[in-house]
Amino acid sequence: MDLIVDAVAEAWRLLRTGDNDIYGITLRTAAITGTSTLVALLIGLPLGLGLALARVPGQRSFIALANAGTGTPPVVAGLLVSIMLWRSGPLGGLGLIYTPAAIVIAQALIAAPLIVAITAAAVMALPPALHLQIRAMGANQRQYLWLIAREARLPLLVAIMAGFGAVVSEVGASMMVGGNLAGETRVLTTAAVLEVSKGQFGSALALGFILLAFILVIAAALTIVQQRARRR
Amino acid sequence: MRGFRRFITVPMLGLALLVPAACGGGGGELILATTTSTENSGLLDALVSLYEEESGDHVKIIAVGSGAAMSMGERGDVDVLLVHAPAAERAFIDAGYGVERARVMFNDFVIVGPADDPAGITGSADAAEAIEAIAAAGARFVSRGDDSGTHAKEKTLWGAAGLEVPSADGWYTESGQGMAATLTIAAETGAYTLTDRATWLSVSDSARLPLLVEGDERLFNVYHVIVVSSERHDSVNTAAAGRFRAFLLEPTTQQLIGEFGRDQYGEPLFTPYASESN
Repeated sequence: MDLIVDAVAEAWRLLRTGDNDIYGITLRTAAITGTSTLVALLIGLPLGLGLALARVPGQRSFIALANAGTGTPPVVAGLLVSIMLWRSGPLGGLGLIYTPAAIVIAQALIAAPLIVAITAAAVMALPPALHLQIRAMGANQRQYLWLIAREARLPLLVAIMAGFGAVVSEVGASMMVGGNLAGETRVLTTAAVLEVSKGQFGSALALGFILLAFILVIAAALTIVQQRARRR
Repeated sequence: MRGFRRFITVPMLGLALLVPAACGGGGGELILATTTSTENSGLLDALVSLYEEESGDHVKIIAVGSGAAMSMGERGDVDVLLVHAPAAERAFIDAGYGVERARVMFNDFVIVGPADDPAGITGSADAAEAIEAIAAAGARFVSRGDDSGTHAKEKTLWGAAGLEVPSADGWYTESGQGMAATLTIAAETGAYTLTDRATWLSVSDSARLPLLVEGDERLFNVYHVIVVSSERHDSVNTAAAGRFRAFLLEPTTQQLIGEFGRDQYGEPLFTPYASESN
């Protein structure tokens, strides 16, 4: 119990003094996870829409693949990206290993299948008559896709939240491809692991509290957006 | 949907923050693979920030076990190593993966364990005998089990005691984690373990098991710097690696190593031991 009381005090002290680059780490976490979620969204939304709407052979296998991809272990995603980005790897020449960009790539790989799977499920759950209705109103292809996405907007926000939740909580991939470099690739989760590995459980727990507070703020913002979208 | 669009512009701003961070750094970029013990103690942060100021190079510290550090060196994924596994280091040099190995500093390993000491090893000055007594008593022992320098040292102690390295069942377990995490596991389960003194001094009180065995010359723990050879991998930054190596051996750096930790722990964590040869 002492540890928890100490950790709360330590979290408060860190926030007040800004020690251990706590604001830098929190801002970096926000920037990296936000970018990863956005990249995963840009890949996942069109893929999910396409998978749900297109009539192509093997459609079910692709959906099954996306569903399986929702369980991608971060450490596996991290290892795959590391092998590509290490100097000895095929993309080593880009010099991306141990940079925030490397973390974004690995995290997007973790979040994209989640967004594909939820998007596809959301679109497939729309009433079949809706497609006919939109077509009958004379919508072109772009308007059609836009209206479909609009109709599925509430579950699509769930897709964003799921993707964000996956990347903000993972540590295996960030640690491996980012290297937990102070001031560069150290994010809240990897910083917490470092504190644990040092045996500094108070500051580790403090970082955990700050991470939870950050997730709470984002979840609240998304919920407000979702509730507004519902009323329209 | 307007709120939705506004929401996704926020990460866009984040991207703008990231770009300069990814492109930062003035001179050369140097990737240093080192052991968790030097990183966890905080020594490396102190040394590297000084080096970056002096040289203008930008150093990326990757803290892994000595085994992993050398395999990264073999693939040319890193430029310079600071490691403590002498036998593996010699094999690394002999195979042509590394050059210019030099001694930097030392500390020592110690055997720590539960205060009630079921194996009765307190005060022993013979590490091999102590480890044999632990095995004979079937007392719990937590091994790193991760191919680190500490793990390598532990295996040589089993050899010195004339025993096979025990298999991980019953009293002998492997944590597969770093030194501080392993000390915590040992403290929580009332087990013995082998640790470097620096990490033992720097962990919190709850993980600091009583020190039972020290002073055996076989517990000597020397750290060497090795420049990764550019013969196989031309991406290796040997110029910066050479600068970092020279920096570690400088008298002023050596003095800093000898002072580090004195004010916080009452004794220094490492002893300077620079030598161009090894």
